[in-house]
Amino acid sequence: MTAALRREPTREPTREQALARDPVLARAWDAASAVVDPELPMLTLVDLGVLRDIAIDDDGAVVAAITPTYSGCPAMATMRDDLVRELRAAGFADARVRVVLEPAWTTDWITPAGRAALAAAGISPPGRAPGRAGPVPLRLVPTRRAVRCPRCGSDDAVVGSEFGSTACKALYRCLACLEPFEHVKEI
Amino acid sequence: MPDVRTHEPDDHDNAYSGLLVGDARWAFGTDFEDPLAGVDTTVPDGVDPAALATYCLMLGDDALVLSQRLAEWCSNAPDLEEDIALSNIALDLLGQARLLLARAAAADGTQVPTLPAGSPVPDEDRLAFFRDDLRFRNVRLVEIPGGDFAETITRILLFSTWRLALFEELAHSRDAVLAAVAAKAVKELTYHRDFAGRWFLTLARGTDESRRRLLAGLDTLWPYWTELFETHGVERETAEAGVGVDPAGLAADVDVVLDQVLAASGVDRPALPPLAGVQGRKGRDGRHTEVLSRMLAEMQVVARAHPGGHW
Repeated sequence: MTAALRREPTREPTREQALARDPVLARAWDAASAVVDPELPMLTLVDLGVLRDIAIDDDGAVVAAITPTYSGCPAMATMRDDLVRELRAAGFADARVRVVLEPAWTTDWITPAGRAALAAAGISPPGRAPGRAGPVPLRLVPTRRAVRCPRCGSDDAVVGSEFGSTACKALYRCLACLEPFEHVKEI
Repeated sequence: MPDVRTHEPDDHDNAYSGLLVGDARWAFGTDFEDPLAGVDTTVPDGVDPAALATYCLMLGDDALVLSQRLAEWCSNAPDLEEDIALSNIALDLLGQARLLLARAAAADGTQVPTLPAGSPVPDEDRLAFFRDDLRFRNVRLVEIPGGDFAETITRILLFSTWRLALFEELAHSRDAVLAAVAAKAVKELTYHRDFAGRWFLTLARGTDESRRRLLAGLDTLWPYWTELFETHGVERETAEAGVGVDPAGLAADVDVVLDQVLAASGVDRPALPPLAGVQGRKGRDGRHTEVLSRMLAEMQVVARAHPGGHW
């Protein structure tokens, strides 16, 4: 039997049903859920939406599927090694990780728990990613976002730079408490 | 060369100990397996694997060479925010290059340089670090030296406007890997183009000096611009097979966007002729300006000195 499922928030009931039927698969998900993102360690790979799928084949081999957040994501090897280590520790001797490129990762896959963890760590979580139909529009004015300072809660903040310490974050400054903070960009 | 790994994680006298213990710690290195691990890299029916590989090299080399030029700004930009922005854009392009070079190697392994037996260097690194300039297929726009900040911004604007239009079409490629790489890259190129467009406008509407520099940069780059829309035989072949994109068909869409930026900035298109090739051969044919070989010498020297090294 091949047990496979898409890890998408909108299909949560399906996943839970599948895990309820398959305790071995549930154990694999539990083990994999312990792995955190190397750059945003307050998020698990499940919270981040990077862990897309876990499948167990007839021989008991576990194959976890991960997707890069950005093309140049430098954390993929660490994620892979951490996943293999956790799965082996949970008793899956044959654990492998494969890369899925499609569909491309979006910040919309960050779970509610992940958003809460980001805010608790002082990082402003992303809003909804821009939907798209037709050609990509050019934006010559700064991107407007409804951003709230994770420190004082004020929505009076200005963008300092669209590029921050990692590819996924922009730098903001709160005009109420004057503290800088990072915001995870919507993609 | 000796194995540079250390197995003494508690050796506090050595700042490098612990970095390469046991499992891989570096994403871009000999320890990182195929970035397409588990991805189905079967070449679609009716597509010549060699042509597909060469096409992937063209798009991959564009990104790799511009990434290297942008990385030269690291610690040299006008301020910290722009330094980080340029490095971020360079990283995105390096990631795109890596996937495209890996796809090229998976389609046609005969194009990958051969290294001594036992070398741990992965295919995409062999393509990046062990090819000479005559085997690079990038357009010449990306290889010329960076110039000042205004010229750098202008080059990112031109390149990302063109590449975004190209990749929006490439996202429908019959080759599932190219389609996926392109769909992902579209998101990145979108904010590269926005970043460059805003800076172009700012510099054009800024001081006399910023405008003077911007116009000078545009003049330097303009002779390389039309080359991006010239169809190479490999581009035609892959486009006809439904896996590539004929760049000639992009001109109208690209012009609309570029004219939007130029009009908002009050800048006219330069009236400068395109730079000729060598007997008609240009970047896509592997015929480059002489600066590419020097840039590659710097980019490749360490990898070439240690073809058996672990990174």
